[in-house]
Amino acid sequence: MSRRVRMWILAVGGLGFAALFAAACLRLPGFGGDSHPYGERAVRAALAHRTANVIAAVNFDQRAFDTLGEESILFAAVLGTVVLLRQTREEREVPPEPARVPLLVRRYALVLLPVAIVVGLYVVAHGQLSPGGGFQGGVVLATALHLLYIGADYHALERVRPVGVYEFGDAAGEGAYLVLGLAGFVAGSSFLANSVIGHGTFNTLASGGTVPLLNMAVGMEVACAVVVLLARFLDQAVEIEEEKGT
Amino acid sequence: MTDALVLISLFAVAATATAAVVVRDPARQALVLSVLGLALAVLFTVLQAPDVALSQLAVGSALTPLLILLSVRKVRRRGRREEGER
Repeated sequence: MSRRVRMWILAVGGLGFAALFAAACLRLPGFGGDSHPYGERAVRAALAHRTANVIAAVNFDQRAFDTLGEESILFAAVLGTVVLLRQTREEREVPPEPARVPLLVRRYALVLLPVAIVVGLYVVAHGQLSPGGGFQGGVVLATALHLLYIGADYHALERVRPVGVYEFGDAAGEGAYLVLGLAGFVAGSSFLANSVIGHGTFNTLASGGTVPLLNMAVGMEVACAVVVLLARFLDQAVEIEEEKGT
Repeated sequence: MTDALVLISLFAVAATATAAVVVRDPARQALVLSVLGLALAVLFTVLQAPDVALSQLAVGSALTPLLILLSVRKVRRRGRREEGER
């Protein structure tokens, strides 16, 4: 295909998209309006299942199947990264050199480490009540662990982070979500239906039925997936070198 | 009042996003991206979407810059080795 033809195809595609996008934008409801048909229905459905955070109800109750898809995307992406960034035959592992960390940075990281871990756990556990949930809390938990890399060195991080355990946790979190979905069948309803356990008392930790359980599964999956992902990147950046003469 | 806040955060996003494109050094770009993540988080909070803001803060301001910095380090290390062999 010549350059000219390619540019023509690009122009047609771009113009088509621009026209359709402009037409779609003209039909959008006004910015910041206070009436929203879908929003009202979502709030009603969330309150019916005693879930204070409507976003969590949409993600883990009304649209729980979509979240399973998103969780699986992360799972597959991390799996692909692990395969791509593995140590190949032409590469060797060199022990990371200990680095000198400024005292201020070290203190800051070590003070912040427990705080960040508690915040992460809080965000996962309160997903059904306040903004946040499994994904956000999971990422906070995983990045919190890497404060050890900033505050000490790579060796210290490696000692508290056996990658095998986190790989297992990644798969277990993904599996737990599926099992919770299948439990819907056992309870006599449909896949991922929020009818397995009671809906609990509104605005308490034990509310929302399966929403907090699914949040925990996602939190575990995301935290472990991000740790494994960063471990592969860190190994490549710090430890793995190409063999000389290749 | 809210409209003003939305406008300010929209401009902040536009400014930092442009800066992220204009800065050509990948290591600096990672830092600008992290500021862009923060600006987006502020915008989402102003637009009353705190859940999205939290995700944006965790992924856009912490995780993505970290992954970019690690990749830059790997590439630079390889470049240095090749230069040393010459």
